[in-house]
Amino acid sequence: RVDEWTDVDRKRVMNDIISAMFKKNFMEELFKPQDLYSKKALRTVYDRLAHTSIMRLNQASMDKLYDLMTMAFKYQVLLCPRPRDILLVTFNHLDAIKDFISDSPGILNQVDETFRQLIETYTCLSDGEFQLIRQTLLIFFQDMHIRVSIFLKDKVQNSNGRFVLPISGPVPWGTEVPGLIRIFNHKGVEVKRAEFTTAGNYVTPQREGSFELYGDRVLKLGTNMYSITRPVETHMSGSSKNLASQAKENIVPNPLAKEELNFLARLLGGLDIQKPAGGETGFRLNLFTTDEEEEHAAQTRPEELSYKVINIEATQEPGRRAELSRILGELEVAEPRPGSAEKGEDLLALMDGL
Amino acid sequence: QAAWCELPSRVLLVLTSQRGVQMYESDGSTMVFWHALDVPELPAAHSVFARGIAAAGGRFICVGTSSGAVLVFDVPPKGSNVTLSEVLEQHRDPITDIAAEQGQAPDGAGDLVTADDSGTLCLWSTGEEFTLLGKIPGSGCTCSSVALWNGIVAAGYGNGQIRLWEAGSGRIRAQVSAHARWIYALDLAPLTGKLLSGAEDSFVHVWQLSRNPDTADIEIRHCHAECVTDTQVCGARFCDPAGDSF
Repeated sequence: RVDEWTDVDRKRVMNDIISAMFKKNFMEELFKPQDLYSKKALRTVYDRLAHTSIMRLNQASMDKLYDLMTMAFKYQVLLCPRPRDILLVTFNHLDAIKDFISDSPGILNQVDETFRQLIETYTCLSDGEFQLIRQTLLIFFQDMHIRVSIFLKDKVQNSNGRFVLPISGPVPWGTEVPGLIRIFNHKGVEVKRAEFTTAGNYVTPQREGSFELYGDRVLKLGTNMYSITRPVETHMSGSSKNLASQAKENIVPNPLAKEELNFLARLLGGLDIQKPAGGETGFRLNLFTTDEEEEHAAQTRPEELSYKVINIEATQEPGRRAELSRILGELEVAEPRPGSAEKGEDLLALMDGL
Repeated sequence: QAAWCELPSRVLLVLTSQRGVQMYESDGSTMVFWHALDVPELPAAHSVFARGIAAAGGRFICVGTSSGAVLVFDVPPKGSNVTLSEVLEQHRDPITDIAAEQGQAPDGAGDLVTADDSGTLCLWSTGEEFTLLGKIPGSGCTCSSVALWNGIVAAGYGNGQIRLWEAGSGRIRAQVSAHARWIYALDLAPLTGKLLSGAEDSFVHVWQLSRNPDTADIEIRHCHAECVTDTQVCGARFCDPAGDSF
Protein backbone atom coordinates (compact mmCIF):
# COMPACT_ATOMS: atom_id res chain seq x y z
CA ARG A 1 0.00 0.00 0.00
CA VAL A 2 1.25 3.42 -0.95
CA ASP A 3 0.32 4.92 2.43
CA GLU A 4 2.70 2.53 4.24
CA TRP A 5 5.67 3.95 2.38
CA THR A 6 7.98 6.33 4.16
CA ASP A 7 9.87 9.21 2.58
CA VAL A 8 13.01 7.11 2.89
CA ASP A 9 11.36 4.40 0.75
CA ARG A 10 10.25 6.90 -1.85
CA LYS A 11 13.73 8.38 -2.04
CA ARG A 12 15.24 4.91 -2.32
CA VAL A 13 12.98 3.91 -5.21
CA MET A 14 13.56 7.19 -7.03
CA ASN A 15 17.33 6.93 -6.65
CA ASP A 16 17.44 3.26 -7.67
CA ILE A 17 15.37 3.73 -10.80
CA ILE A 18 17.12 6.90 -11.93
CA SER A 19 20.50 5.39 -11.25
CA ALA A 20 19.60 2.33 -13.32
CA MET A 21 18.27 4.42 -16.20
CA PHE A 22 21.38 6.59 -16.44
CA LYS A 23 23.94 3.86 -15.89
CA LYS A 24 26.81 4.31 -18.29
CA ASN A 25 26.58 1.03 -20.21
CA PHE A 26 22.80 1.25 -20.52
CA MET A 27 23.07 4.75 -21.98
CA GLU A 28 25.88 3.67 -24.30
CA GLU A 29 23.58 1.06 -25.79
CA LEU A 30 20.77 3.57 -26.20
CA PHE A 31 23.00 6.05 -28.00
CA LYS A 32 24.04 3.54 -30.63
CA PRO A 33 22.29 4.12 -33.98
CA GLN A 34 19.48 1.61 -34.15
CA ASP A 35 15.92 1.10 -35.22
CA LEU A 36 13.04 1.85 -32.89
CA TYR A 37 12.22 -0.99 -30.50
CA SER A 38 9.08 -3.01 -31.16
CA LYS A 39 6.14 -2.45 -28.82
CA LYS A 40 6.87 -5.69 -26.96
CA ALA A 41 10.52 -4.83 -26.55
CA LEU A 42 9.81 -1.35 -25.24
CA ARG A 43 7.28 -2.64 -22.75
CA THR A 44 9.78 -5.21 -21.52
CA VAL A 45 12.49 -2.59 -20.98
CA TYR A 46 9.97 -0.45 -19.15
CA ASP A 47 8.92 -3.31 -16.89
CA ARG A 48 12.54 -4.00 -16.00
CA LEU A 49 13.22 -0.37 -15.21
CA ALA A 50 10.10 -0.11 -13.06
CA HIS A 51 11.30 -3.10 -11.05
CA THR A 52 14.93 -2.16 -10.49
CA SER A 53 14.11 -1.11 -6.94
CA ILE A 54 12.12 -2.48 -4.02
CA MET A 55 8.84 -1.38 -5.62
CA ARG A 56 6.62 -4.00 -7.21
CA LEU A 57 3.65 -3.58 -9.50
CA ASN A 58 1.33 -6.33 -10.55
CA GLN A 59 0.13 -6.77 -14.10
CA ALA A 60 -2.89 -4.47 -13.91
CA SER A 61 -1.05 -1.56 -12.33
CA MET A 62 1.89 -2.06 -14.65
CA ASP A 63 -0.41 -1.95 -17.67
CA LYS A 64 -2.01 1.22 -16.39
CA LEU A 65 1.34 2.87 -15.71
CA TYR A 66 2.59 1.96 -19.17
CA ASP A 67 -0.58 3.27 -20.83
CA LEU A 68 -0.14 6.53 -18.95
CA MET A 69 3.51 6.82 -19.93
CA THR A 70 2.89 6.13 -23.61
CA MET A 71 -0.01 8.55 -23.91
CA ALA A 72 1.93 11.29 -22.11
CA PHE A 73 4.90 10.72 -24.39
CA LYS A 74 2.67 10.71 -27.47
CA TYR A 75 1.11 13.99 -26.34
CA GLN A 76 4.49 15.63 -25.90
CA VAL A 77 5.85 14.49 -29.27
CA LEU A 78 2.65 15.39 -31.12
CA LEU A 79 2.37 18.87 -29.72
CA CYS A 80 5.97 19.97 -30.23
CA PRO A 81 5.76 23.29 -32.04
CA ARG A 82 8.99 22.67 -33.97
CA PRO A 83 10.48 19.25 -34.65
CA ARG A 84 13.64 20.19 -32.72
CA ASP A 85 11.51 20.95 -29.67
CA ILE A 86 11.50 17.20 -28.93
CA LEU A 87 15.01 17.86 -27.67
CA LEU A 88 13.74 20.66 -25.41
CA VAL A 89 11.07 18.26 -24.10
CA THR A 90 13.84 15.76 -23.34
CA PHE A 91 15.78 18.49 -21.53
CA ASN A 92 12.68 19.28 -19.48
CA HIS A 93 12.53 15.61 -18.48
CA LEU A 94 16.18 15.67 -17.44
CA ASP A 95 15.83 18.95 -15.53
CA ALA A 96 12.97 17.42 -13.50
CA ILE A 97 14.94 14.22 -12.92
CA LYS A 98 17.94 16.20 -11.70
CA ASP A 99 15.64 17.87 -9.22
CA PHE A 100 14.55 14.47 -7.84
CA ILE A 101 18.11 13.37 -7.14
CA SER A 102 19.61 16.76 -6.38
CA ASP A 103 21.20 15.46 -3.16
CA SER A 104 22.90 12.44 -4.76
CA PRO A 105 25.99 13.78 -6.51
CA GLY A 106 26.94 10.41 -7.99
CA ILE A 107 23.64 9.97 -9.84
CA LEU A 108 23.56 13.68 -10.70
CA ASN A 109 26.87 13.20 -12.47
CA GLN A 110 25.47 10.33 -14.50
CA VAL A 111 22.49 12.43 -15.57
CA ASP A 112 24.70 15.38 -16.51
CA GLU A 113 26.90 13.06 -18.54
CA THR A 114 23.84 11.88 -20.49
CA PHE A 115 22.76 15.49 -20.88
CA ARG A 116 26.13 16.33 -22.43
CA GLN A 117 25.88 13.37 -24.76
CA LEU A 118 22.42 14.44 -25.90
CA ILE A 119 23.68 17.96 -26.59
CA GLU A 120 26.65 16.62 -28.52
CA THR A 121 24.63 14.11 -30.56
CA TYR A 122 21.50 16.06 -31.34
CA THR A 123 21.93 19.83 -31.33
CA CYS A 124 23.59 19.80 -34.75
CA LEU A 125 20.78 17.90 -36.48
CA SER A 126 18.74 19.75 -39.09
CA ASP A 127 15.00 20.47 -38.84
CA GLY A 128 14.42 17.80 -41.48
CA GLU A 129 16.28 15.19 -39.45
CA PHE A 130 14.34 16.08 -36.31
CA GLN A 131 11.09 15.84 -38.23
CA LEU A 132 12.08 12.36 -39.43
CA ILE A 133 12.76 11.31 -35.82
CA ARG A 134 9.44 12.79 -34.75
CA GLN A 135 7.52 11.10 -37.56
CA THR A 136 9.12 7.75 -36.70
CA LEU A 137 8.06 8.17 -33.07
CA LEU A 138 4.53 9.19 -34.08
CA ILE A 139 4.13 6.09 -36.24
CA PHE A 140 4.88 4.02 -33.13
CA PHE A 141 2.00 5.73 -31.31
CA GLN A 142 -0.31 5.97 -34.28
CA ASP A 143 -3.25 3.86 -33.12
CA MET A 144 -3.04 4.55 -29.40
CA HIS A 145 -5.99 6.56 -28.16
CA ILE A 146 -6.21 5.56 -24.50
CA ARG A 147 -8.02 8.20 -22.50
CA VAL A 148 -6.06 9.55 -19.55
CA SER A 149 -8.00 11.15 -16.73
CA ILE A 150 -5.62 14.03 -16.12
CA PHE A 151 -5.64 14.90 -19.86
CA LEU A 152 -9.42 14.73 -20.06
CA LYS A 153 -9.76 16.98 -17.01
CA ASP A 154 -7.33 19.53 -18.40
CA LYS A 155 -9.14 19.43 -21.75
CA VAL A 156 -6.01 18.46 -23.67
CA GLN A 157 -7.64 15.21 -24.78
CA ASN A 158 -11.10 14.62 -26.26
CA SER A 159 -13.46 11.90 -25.11
CA ASN A 160 -12.60 9.95 -28.28
CA GLY A 161 -8.99 9.78 -27.14
CA ARG A 162 -7.67 12.28 -29.69
CA PHE A 163 -5.54 15.11 -28.41
CA VAL A 164 -6.72 18.71 -28.70
CA LEU A 165 -4.58 20.69 -31.12
CA PRO A 166 -4.95 24.36 -30.19
CA ILE A 167 -5.13 26.91 -33.02
CA SER A 168 -4.08 29.78 -30.79
CA GLY A 169 -1.08 30.75 -28.73
CA PRO A 170 2.53 31.48 -29.62
CA VAL A 171 3.78 30.27 -33.00
CA PRO A 172 6.97 28.18 -32.93
CA TRP A 173 10.28 30.03 -32.80
CA GLY A 174 11.21 30.81 -36.40
CA THR A 175 7.63 30.90 -37.67
CA GLU A 176 5.67 34.04 -38.40
CA VAL A 177 2.09 34.62 -37.30
CA PRO A 178 0.00 33.59 -40.37
CA GLY A 179 -1.73 36.33 -42.34
CA LEU A 180 0.76 38.29 -44.42
CA ILE A 181 1.35 38.09 -48.18
CA ARG A 182 4.30 40.01 -49.63
CA ILE A 183 4.81 40.46 -53.38
CA PHE A 184 8.22 41.34 -54.89
CA ASN A 185 9.01 42.62 -58.38
CA HIS A 186 11.72 41.15 -60.61
CA LYS A 187 14.30 43.37 -58.91
CA GLY A 188 13.46 41.92 -55.49
CA VAL A 189 11.73 45.07 -54.24
CA GLU A 190 8.56 44.60 -52.24
CA VAL A 191 5.72 46.15 -54.21
CA LYS A 192 2.58 44.96 -52.51
CA ARG A 193 1.28 43.65 -49.19
CA ALA A 194 -1.96 41.88 -48.48
CA GLU A 195 -3.47 40.19 -45.47
CA PHE A 196 -5.75 37.24 -44.96
CA THR A 197 -7.52 36.07 -41.81
CA THR A 198 -8.30 32.64 -40.41
CA ALA A 199 -9.99 31.16 -37.35
CA GLY A 200 -6.59 30.83 -35.70
CA ASN A 201 -5.49 33.30 -33.03
CA TYR A 202 -1.69 33.19 -32.92
CA VAL A 203 0.87 35.48 -31.30
CA THR A 204 4.63 35.99 -31.61
CA PRO A 205 6.72 33.97 -29.16
CA GLN A 206 8.82 35.86 -26.61
CA ARG A 207 12.07 33.93 -26.80
CA GLU A 208 13.62 30.64 -27.80
CA GLY A 209 14.18 27.85 -25.30
CA SER A 210 17.75 27.04 -24.26
CA PHE A 211 19.58 23.97 -25.57
CA GLU A 212 22.39 24.33 -23.06
CA LEU A 213 23.04 22.19 -19.98
CA TYR A 214 21.33 24.85 -17.87
CA GLY A 215 18.72 27.29 -19.10
CA ASP A 216 15.08 28.26 -19.43
CA ARG A 217 13.49 25.78 -21.84
CA VAL A 218 10.46 28.11 -22.28
CA LEU A 219 8.43 25.15 -23.57
CA LYS A 220 6.17 23.57 -20.90
CA LEU A 221 5.85 20.19 -22.63
CA GLY A 222 7.78 17.56 -20.71
CA THR A 223 7.65 19.32 -17.36
CA ASN A 224 6.31 17.37 -14.38
CA MET A 225 2.60 16.63 -14.95
CA TYR A 226 2.22 15.76 -11.29
CA SER A 227 3.79 18.75 -9.61
CA ILE A 228 0.36 19.07 -7.98
CA THR A 229 -0.85 15.74 -6.61
CA ARG A 230 -3.58 14.27 -8.75
CA PRO A 231 -5.20 10.84 -9.02
CA VAL A 232 -3.77 8.59 -11.72
CA GLU A 233 -6.39 7.05 -13.92
CA THR A 234 -6.65 5.67 -17.40
CA HIS A 235 -9.96 4.73 -19.00
CA MET A 236 -10.19 1.45 -20.84
CA SER A 237 -13.88 1.29 -21.72
CA GLY A 238 -14.89 2.36 -25.19
CA SER A 239 -11.35 2.45 -26.52
CA SER A 240 -11.03 -1.28 -27.19
CA LYS A 241 -12.59 -0.99 -30.63
CA ASN A 242 -9.80 1.25 -31.88
CA LEU A 243 -7.08 -0.78 -30.23
CA ALA A 244 -8.27 -4.18 -31.42
CA SER A 245 -6.71 -3.77 -34.86
CA GLN A 246 -3.45 -2.57 -33.34
CA ALA A 247 -3.50 -5.50 -30.91
CA LYS A 248 -4.00 -7.97 -33.75
CA GLU A 249 -0.82 -6.62 -35.28
CA ASN A 250 0.98 -7.30 -32.00
CA ILE A 251 -0.25 -10.90 -31.80
CA VAL A 252 1.11 -11.85 -35.25
CA PRO A 253 4.38 -13.66 -34.49
CA ASN A 254 7.47 -11.75 -35.46
CA PRO A 255 10.42 -14.01 -36.29
CA LEU A 256 12.87 -11.32 -35.24
CA ALA A 257 11.23 -10.77 -31.88
CA LYS A 258 13.12 -13.53 -30.07
CA GLU A 259 16.50 -12.30 -31.31
CA GLU A 260 15.56 -8.76 -30.46
CA LEU A 261 14.58 -9.69 -26.94
CA ASN A 262 17.74 -11.71 -26.46
CA PHE A 263 19.69 -8.64 -27.47
CA LEU A 264 17.72 -6.71 -24.90
CA ALA A 265 18.72 -9.29 -22.31
CA ARG A 266 22.33 -8.38 -22.99
CA LEU A 267 21.44 -4.72 -22.77
CA LEU A 268 19.61 -5.15 -19.49
CA GLY A 269 22.08 -7.65 -18.08
CA GLY A 270 23.86 -4.80 -16.41
CA LEU A 271 20.79 -3.75 -14.43
CA ASP A 272 20.94 -4.88 -10.83
CA ILE A 273 17.64 -6.10 -9.51
CA GLN A 274 17.17 -5.18 -5.89
CA LYS A 275 15.70 -8.08 -3.98
CA PRO A 276 13.83 -7.01 -0.86
CA ALA A 277 15.77 -8.21 2.20
CA GLY A 278 14.72 -11.00 4.59
CA GLY A 279 12.06 -12.62 2.44
CA GLU A 280 9.52 -9.80 2.74
CA THR A 281 7.47 -9.09 -0.34
CA GLY A 282 8.79 -5.52 -0.47
CA PHE A 283 6.59 -2.56 -1.37
CA ARG A 284 3.90 -2.89 -3.99
CA LEU A 285 2.55 0.01 -5.99
CA ASN A 286 -1.15 -0.15 -6.72
CA LEU A 287 -2.44 2.43 -9.18
CA PHE A 288 -6.06 1.65 -8.42
CA THR A 289 -8.06 2.78 -5.38
CA THR A 290 -8.26 -0.66 -3.74
CA ASP A 291 -6.64 -4.07 -4.16
CA GLU A 292 -10.03 -5.44 -5.21
CA GLU A 293 -10.23 -2.87 -8.00
CA GLU A 294 -6.75 -3.82 -9.16
CA GLU A 295 -7.72 -7.51 -9.20
CA HIS A 296 -10.89 -6.71 -11.10
CA ALA A 297 -9.03 -4.57 -13.64
CA ALA A 298 -6.57 -7.39 -14.26
CA GLN A 299 -9.39 -9.82 -14.92
CA THR A 300 -11.52 -7.56 -17.07
CA ARG A 301 -8.79 -6.00 -19.20
CA PRO A 302 -9.64 -6.95 -22.80
CA GLU A 303 -7.37 -9.77 -24.01
CA GLU A 304 -6.40 -7.91 -27.14
CA LEU A 305 -4.91 -5.08 -25.08
CA SER A 306 -2.46 -7.15 -23.05
CA TYR A 307 1.17 -6.39 -23.77
CA LYS A 308 2.32 -10.02 -23.55
CA VAL A 309 5.48 -9.27 -21.68
CA ILE A 310 8.15 -11.90 -22.01
CA ASN A 311 10.44 -12.61 -19.06
CA ILE A 312 14.08 -12.33 -19.94
CA GLU A 313 16.76 -14.26 -18.12
CA ALA A 314 19.40 -11.58 -17.87
CA THR A 315 22.27 -13.60 -16.44
CA GLN A 316 25.98 -13.03 -16.76
CA GLU A 317 26.86 -16.65 -17.64
CA PRO A 318 29.68 -16.72 -20.20
CA GLY A 319 27.98 -19.53 -22.09
CA ARG A 320 24.88 -17.48 -22.52
CA ARG A 321 26.95 -14.47 -23.62
CA ALA A 322 28.47 -16.50 -26.43
CA GLU A 323 25.03 -17.67 -27.50
CA LEU A 324 23.78 -14.08 -27.59
CA SER A 325 26.78 -12.95 -29.61
CA ARG A 326 26.13 -15.74 -32.07
CA ILE A 327 22.48 -14.72 -32.40
CA LEU A 328 23.56 -11.13 -32.88
CA GLY A 329 25.95 -12.23 -35.57
CA GLU A 330 23.16 -14.08 -37.30
CA LEU A 331 21.13 -10.90 -37.37
CA GLU A 332 23.44 -9.33 -39.91
CA VAL A 333 21.72 -9.46 -43.29
CA ALA A 334 23.81 -9.88 -46.44
CA GLU A 335 23.72 -6.77 -48.60
CA PRO A 336 21.43 -7.32 -51.60
CA ARG A 337 23.25 -7.17 -54.93
CA PRO A 338 21.59 -5.42 -57.88
CA GLY A 339 20.91 -7.78 -60.73
CA SER A 340 18.35 -9.91 -62.43
CA ALA A 341 14.63 -9.99 -61.82
CA GLU A 342 15.17 -13.17 -59.79
CA LYS A 343 17.20 -11.27 -57.24
CA GLY A 344 14.48 -8.66 -57.16
CA GLU A 345 12.00 -11.29 -56.14
CA ASP A 346 14.29 -12.47 -53.35
CA LEU A 347 14.41 -8.94 -52.05
CA LEU A 348 10.66 -8.69 -52.20
CA ALA A 349 10.34 -11.91 -50.23
CA LEU A 350 12.82 -10.53 -47.72
CA MET A 351 10.75 -7.36 -47.40
CA ASP A 352 7.57 -9.38 -47.00
CA GLY A 353 9.19 -11.38 -44.23
CA LEU A 354 10.06 -8.33 -42.14
CA GLN B 1 5.56 7.67 -50.12
CA ALA B 2 3.24 6.75 -52.95
CA ALA B 3 2.58 8.66 -56.14
CA TRP B 4 0.95 8.18 -59.50
CA CYS B 5 3.37 8.96 -62.31
CA GLU B 6 1.53 9.90 -65.47
CA LEU B 7 3.55 9.45 -68.63
CA PRO B 8 2.09 9.80 -72.13
CA SER B 9 2.17 6.04 -72.70
CA ARG B 10 1.33 4.65 -69.30
CA VAL B 11 0.60 5.41 -65.64
CA LEU B 12 2.79 3.82 -62.98
CA LEU B 13 2.34 3.71 -59.23
CA VAL B 14 5.66 4.51 -57.56
CA LEU B 15 6.44 3.71 -53.93
CA THR B 16 9.47 4.83 -51.95
CA SER B 17 10.72 3.49 -48.64
CA GLN B 18 13.83 2.82 -46.59
CA ARG B 19 14.62 -0.09 -48.90
CA GLY B 20 14.34 1.68 -52.22
CA VAL B 21 11.92 2.35 -55.04
CA GLN B 22 9.16 0.15 -56.42
CA MET B 23 7.09 0.76 -59.56
CA TYR B 24 3.76 -0.96 -60.19
CA GLU B 25 1.28 -1.07 -63.05
CA SER B 26 -1.55 1.34 -62.36
CA ASP B 27 -3.96 -1.45 -61.44
CA GLY B 28 -1.46 -2.76 -58.89
CA SER B 29 -1.36 -6.11 -60.66
CA THR B 30 2.37 -6.42 -61.22
CA MET B 31 5.54 -4.87 -59.96
CA VAL B 32 7.25 -3.47 -63.00
CA PHE B 33 10.56 -2.46 -61.47
CA TRP B 34 12.46 -2.38 -58.23
CA HIS B 35 15.54 -0.41 -57.31
CA ALA B 36 17.29 -1.20 -54.02
CA LEU B 37 19.13 1.50 -52.14
CA ASP B 38 22.55 0.70 -50.66
CA VAL B 39 21.45 -0.12 -47.14
CA PRO B 40 24.34 -0.47 -44.67
CA GLU B 41 24.56 -3.76 -42.78
CA LEU B 42 24.33 -2.19 -39.35
CA PRO B 43 22.24 0.90 -38.65
CA ALA B 44 24.24 4.06 -39.22
CA ALA B 45 23.71 7.48 -37.70
CA HIS B 46 21.77 8.66 -40.72
CA SER B 47 18.68 6.99 -42.10
CA VAL B 48 18.70 5.73 -45.67
CA PHE B 49 15.55 6.19 -47.70
CA ALA B 50 14.05 7.29 -51.01
CA ARG B 51 11.74 10.31 -50.95
CA GLY B 52 10.34 12.62 -53.63
CA ILE B 53 8.67 11.26 -56.76
CA ALA B 54 7.82 12.91 -60.08
CA ALA B 55 7.22 11.99 -63.70
CA ALA B 56 9.14 14.31 -66.00
CA GLY B 57 10.02 15.00 -69.60
CA GLY B 58 7.45 12.59 -70.99
CA ARG B 59 9.55 9.51 -70.31
CA PHE B 60 11.36 9.79 -66.99
CA ILE B 61 10.49 9.07 -63.39
CA CYS B 62 12.66 10.94 -60.90
CA VAL B 63 13.10 9.76 -57.32
CA GLY B 64 15.06 11.52 -54.58
CA THR B 65 17.19 9.88 -51.91
CA SER B 66 18.43 10.62 -48.41
CA SER B 67 21.95 11.21 -49.71
CA GLY B 68 20.72 14.11 -51.82
CA ALA B 69 21.08 12.20 -55.07
CA VAL B 70 18.18 12.23 -57.53
CA LEU B 71 17.72 9.00 -59.48
CA VAL B 72 16.44 9.43 -63.03
CA PHE B 73 14.73 6.33 -64.44
CA ASP B 74 14.01 5.96 -68.16
CA VAL B 75 10.63 4.24 -68.56
CA PRO B 76 9.72 2.41 -71.79
CA PRO B 77 6.14 2.80 -73.14
CA LYS B 78 5.44 -0.83 -72.21
CA GLY B 79 7.03 -3.59 -70.20
CA SER B 80 9.53 -3.70 -67.37
CA ASN B 81 12.71 -2.57 -69.04
CA VAL B 82 13.11 0.47 -66.79
CA THR B 83 16.70 1.64 -66.57
CA LEU B 84 18.56 4.04 -64.34
CA SER B 85 19.45 6.72 -66.84
CA GLU B 86 21.26 9.25 -64.65
CA VAL B 87 22.04 10.18 -61.05
CA LEU B 88 21.86 13.91 -60.35
CA GLU B 89 24.16 14.97 -57.55
CA GLN B 90 23.62 18.64 -56.82
CA HIS B 91 21.95 18.40 -53.42
CA ARG B 92 23.96 17.73 -50.26
CA ASP B 93 20.97 17.15 -48.02
CA PRO B 94 18.15 14.57 -48.15
CA ILE B 95 15.67 15.23 -50.95
CA THR B 96 12.21 16.17 -49.71
CA ASP B 97 10.17 16.67 -52.88
CA ILE B 98 10.39 16.81 -56.68
CA ALA B 99 7.96 18.50 -59.06
CA ALA B 100 7.63 18.69 -62.82
CA GLU B 101 6.26 21.66 -64.75
CA GLN B 102 2.48 21.27 -64.90
CA GLY B 103 1.71 24.12 -67.27
CA GLN B 104 3.81 25.85 -69.91
CA ALA B 105 7.38 26.67 -69.03
CA PRO B 106 8.58 30.06 -70.27
CA ASP B 107 11.85 29.98 -72.23
CA GLY B 108 14.83 29.06 -70.14
CA ALA B 109 12.75 28.21 -67.11
CA GLY B 110 13.31 24.47 -66.94
CA ASP B 111 10.74 21.79 -66.39
CA LEU B 112 11.77 20.12 -63.13
CA VAL B 113 12.45 21.35 -59.60
CA THR B 114 14.05 19.33 -56.77
CA ALA B 115 14.04 20.36 -53.09
CA ASP B 116 15.94 19.25 -49.99
CA ASP B 117 16.10 19.41 -46.18
CA SER B 118 18.23 22.57 -46.18
CA GLY B 119 15.69 24.43 -48.32
CA THR B 120 17.89 24.38 -51.43
CA LEU B 121 15.99 24.22 -54.72
CA CYS B 122 17.51 23.05 -58.01
CA LEU B 123 15.98 23.78 -61.40
CA TRP B 124 16.54 21.35 -64.24
CA SER B 125 15.88 20.90 -67.91
CA THR B 126 15.02 17.26 -68.60
CA GLY B 127 16.20 15.09 -71.47
CA GLU B 128 18.72 12.40 -72.42
CA GLU B 129 20.97 14.32 -70.09
CA PHE B 130 19.49 16.55 -67.45
CA THR B 131 20.93 20.05 -67.24
CA LEU B 132 21.10 22.10 -64.06
CA LEU B 133 19.70 25.53 -64.92
CA GLY B 134 19.87 27.14 -61.53
CA LYS B 135 20.16 26.63 -57.79
CA ILE B 136 18.28 28.60 -55.15
CA PRO B 137 20.20 28.27 -51.88
CA GLY B 138 18.23 27.38 -48.78
CA SER B 139 18.17 29.58 -45.71
CA GLY B 140 18.27 26.75 -43.19
CA CYS B 141 14.57 25.96 -43.23
CA THR B 142 13.46 22.66 -44.76
CA CYS B 143 11.51 22.94 -47.99
CA SER B 144 9.04 20.13 -47.44
CA SER B 145 7.05 20.34 -50.67
CA VAL B 146 7.28 22.00 -54.04
CA ALA B 147 5.20 22.60 -57.18
CA LEU B 148 6.06 24.11 -60.60
CA TRP B 149 3.55 25.91 -62.84
CA ASN B 150 4.13 28.23 -65.77
CA GLY B 151 7.65 28.94 -64.60
CA ILE B 152 6.54 29.66 -61.02
CA VAL B 153 8.05 27.54 -58.26
CA ALA B 154 5.73 27.25 -55.25
CA ALA B 155 7.60 26.00 -52.19
CA GLY B 156 6.24 25.10 -48.74
CA TYR B 157 8.56 25.24 -45.75
CA GLY B 158 8.86 23.68 -42.30
CA ASN B 159 8.38 27.09 -40.70
CA GLY B 160 4.94 27.48 -42.27
CA GLN B 161 5.97 29.84 -45.08
CA ILE B 162 5.03 29.53 -48.73
CA ARG B 163 7.44 31.18 -51.14
CA LEU B 164 7.03 31.74 -54.86
CA TRP B 165 10.15 31.85 -56.99
CA GLU B 166 10.66 32.80 -60.62
CA ALA B 167 12.04 29.58 -62.15
CA GLY B 168 13.97 31.38 -64.90
CA SER B 169 15.86 33.85 -62.72
CA GLY B 170 15.77 32.08 -59.35
CA ARG B 171 14.45 35.25 -57.68
CA ILE B 172 11.90 35.30 -54.95
CA ARG B 173 8.58 36.84 -56.07
CA ALA B 174 6.26 36.26 -53.11
CA GLN B 175 6.42 35.31 -49.45
CA VAL B 176 3.39 34.19 -47.47
CA SER B 177 3.13 33.59 -43.71
CA ALA B 178 0.73 30.82 -44.55
CA HIS B 179 0.73 28.37 -41.64
CA ALA B 180 1.62 28.26 -37.95
CA ARG B 181 3.34 24.90 -38.26
CA TRP B 182 5.28 22.63 -40.65
CA ILE B 183 3.76 22.55 -44.14
CA TYR B 184 3.45 18.93 -45.26
CA ALA B 185 1.72 19.19 -48.59
CA LEU B 186 1.31 21.44 -51.59
CA ASP B 187 -0.77 20.64 -54.62
CA LEU B 188 -1.44 22.62 -57.75
CA ALA B 189 -4.42 22.62 -60.13
CA PRO B 190 -2.85 23.16 -63.57
CA LEU B 191 -5.97 24.42 -65.36
CA THR B 192 -6.52 27.34 -63.01
CA GLY B 193 -3.32 27.86 -61.03
CA LYS B 194 -4.98 27.18 -57.72
CA LEU B 195 -2.59 26.09 -54.97
CA LEU B 196 -3.49 23.92 -52.00
CA SER B 197 -1.44 23.87 -48.80
CA GLY B 198 -1.83 21.56 -45.80
CA ALA B 199 0.11 21.76 -42.54
CA GLU B 200 0.43 20.47 -38.99
CA ASP B 201 -1.49 23.50 -37.71
CA SER B 202 -4.73 21.72 -38.79
CA PHE B 203 -5.33 24.16 -41.62
CA VAL B 204 -5.74 23.62 -45.34
CA HIS B 205 -5.59 26.79 -47.46
CA VAL B 206 -6.56 27.37 -51.08
CA TRP B 207 -4.62 30.10 -52.91
CA GLN B 208 -4.79 31.54 -56.42
CA LEU B 209 -1.56 32.02 -58.36
CA SER B 210 -1.42 34.43 -61.28
CA ARG B 211 0.80 36.71 -63.32
CA ASN B 212 -0.13 40.35 -63.48
CA PRO B 213 -0.41 41.11 -67.24
CA ASP B 214 0.79 44.72 -66.78
CA THR B 215 3.67 44.35 -64.37
CA ALA B 216 4.50 40.67 -65.05
CA ASP B 217 4.61 40.28 -61.27
CA ILE B 218 3.72 36.89 -59.85
CA GLU B 219 0.81 37.19 -57.48
CA ILE B 220 -0.83 35.00 -54.90
CA ARG B 221 -4.22 35.58 -53.34
CA HIS B 222 -5.87 33.73 -50.45
CA CYS B 223 -9.16 32.09 -51.44
CA HIS B 224 -10.26 29.78 -48.67
CA ALA B 225 -9.25 28.32 -45.31
CA GLU B 226 -10.43 25.04 -43.83
CA CYS B 227 -9.63 23.86 -40.31
CA VAL B 228 -9.55 20.10 -39.76
CA THR B 229 -10.10 20.13 -35.99
CA ASP B 230 -7.50 18.37 -33.85
CA THR B 231 -5.77 16.91 -36.90
CA GLN B 232 -2.27 17.53 -38.19
CA VAL B 233 -2.76 17.57 -41.95
CA CYS B 234 -0.16 15.38 -43.61
CA GLY B 235 -1.42 15.25 -47.17
CA ALA B 236 -3.66 17.31 -49.42
CA ARG B 237 -4.64 16.94 -53.07
CA PHE B 238 -7.04 18.57 -55.51
CA CYS B 239 -9.51 16.04 -56.89
CA ASP B 240 -9.55 17.53 -60.37
CA PRO B 241 -7.20 19.61 -62.60
CA ALA B 242 -9.28 22.77 -62.16
CA GLY B 243 -9.12 22.59 -58.39
CA ASP B 244 -12.86 22.66 -57.80
CA SER B 245 -12.62 20.20 -54.94
CA PHE B 246 -9.91 18.79 -52.69
